Amino acid sequence: MVNFIIDGKKISAEKGTMVLEAARANGIDIPTLCAHEAVSRSGACRLCVVEMKKGKRAKIVTSCLYPVEEGIIIETKNERVMNVRRLVLQLLMARCPESDVIRDLASQLGVDAQPRFAADEDKSKCILCRSCVRVCEEVVGVSAIGFSCRGADKAVSTPFNEDSAVCIGCGACAFICPTGHIEMETTEETRKIWGRTFKMKTCDVCGRYFAPEDQLKYISKKTGVPLKELAVCTNCR
Amino acid sequence: MKKATTTEAKTKEIVKKHGRDKSGLIAILQDIQEEYNYLPKEALSAVGNELEVPLSRIYEVATFYNTFSLNPRGRYLVEVCAGTACHVQGAFNLKDRLQRDLEIDCGQTTKDNMFTLEEVRCLGCCSLAPVVRIGGNIHPYLTQNEIPGILRNYRKQG
Ligand code: SF4
Ligand code: FES
Repeated sequence: MVNFIIDGKKISAEKGTMVLEAARANGIDIPTLCAHEAVSRSGACRLCVVEMKKGKRAKIVTSCLYPVEEGIIIETKNERVMNVRRLVLQLLMARCPESDVIRDLASQLGVDAQPRFAADEDKSKCILCRSCVRVCEEVVGVSAIGFSCRGADKAVSTPFNEDSAVCIGCGACAFICPTGHIEMETTEETRKIWGRTFKMKTCDVCGRYFAPEDQLKYISKKTGVPLKELAVCTNCR
Repeated sequence: MKKATTTEAKTKEIVKKHGRDKSGLIAILQDIQEEYNYLPKEALSAVGNELEVPLSRIYEVATFYNTFSLNPRGRYLVEVCAGTACHVQGAFNLKDRLQRDLEIDCGQTTKDNMFTLEEVRCLGCCSLAPVVRIGGNIHPYLTQNEIPGILRNYRKQG
């Protein structure tokens, strides 16, 4: 066990625990956008910044990626931290003026859009956290999407912005996206995501549409469970 | 030497040369671009299949580096240096002139597929500024007046 202090509270946690988890387990809230338990961390949003004091040195670190250390003193809400966090939010707001999630976070901290950071018009709600790409690779295992280009042009897309041949229409990317950037339209019989339309399958028992056909085929192929057994929705199983 | 007929076969050959190792991806892409002047879509798919790397990852690499082009390029790549030294020496005038004479903008290719015009950062020979590189050849201390003659020469070479 490692012993340390967060916001004046003595805390101990397993070695390897991130400061963020240690704080949350002890009822100390740190705002985050990109950290998600389903995927590996990217430290992209920078919202989770805290101040870490070790001996005489104090520095700003991302709590979602900083493993706890013996004797460190963490401040999650002091003036220095709040200034950085507010700046991060100003920049996120400038990138994604359309995002209500970011706007809500900003208003909670009393942050307004800054005229000195010109608002982007072409980024929609994407903060480039890569969670969608990670879930597609690490959890789903198809890697249908990725980033393209770099710098100001960086964006998330399917290769060549075309219909992906490997996408199964599971919607994990849309689910994990912290800002709701990824558009997914599900009607009764179809689901549209990344420009491609998937046919939904009806449950063999209740007849309700419940999952994209391609997703079931993929699960069957990966797990070896016959397609027939997967053709029943979770409610009827 | 027997020439591979399809893009896919040629790509496979290139991948094999690099030992089918995914850490050689950039070198593989460079060789493909050497062959075709750009990265054809089928080639990227073939690389993915051969290396067992998802196409989305390969697309990330291919779009990340400026040196790679996903659009067909002309026979000669015309690179106007816009690094500091060349800029100070008036490279922007050369760029204007090239755009006018080739009747294309930066990033475009002439109708006859001879030239693709691009602006690049420092070519590493600032003492020769302003510099334009055409088909790999450095043209040092270039002036506007020399441009029509130079282009004519390349066209003649075919
Ligand atoms: S689309 Fe969403 S999950 Fe994907 S990189 Fe952008 S913000 Fe992150
Ligand atoms: S939650 Fe730590 S950087 Fe996004």
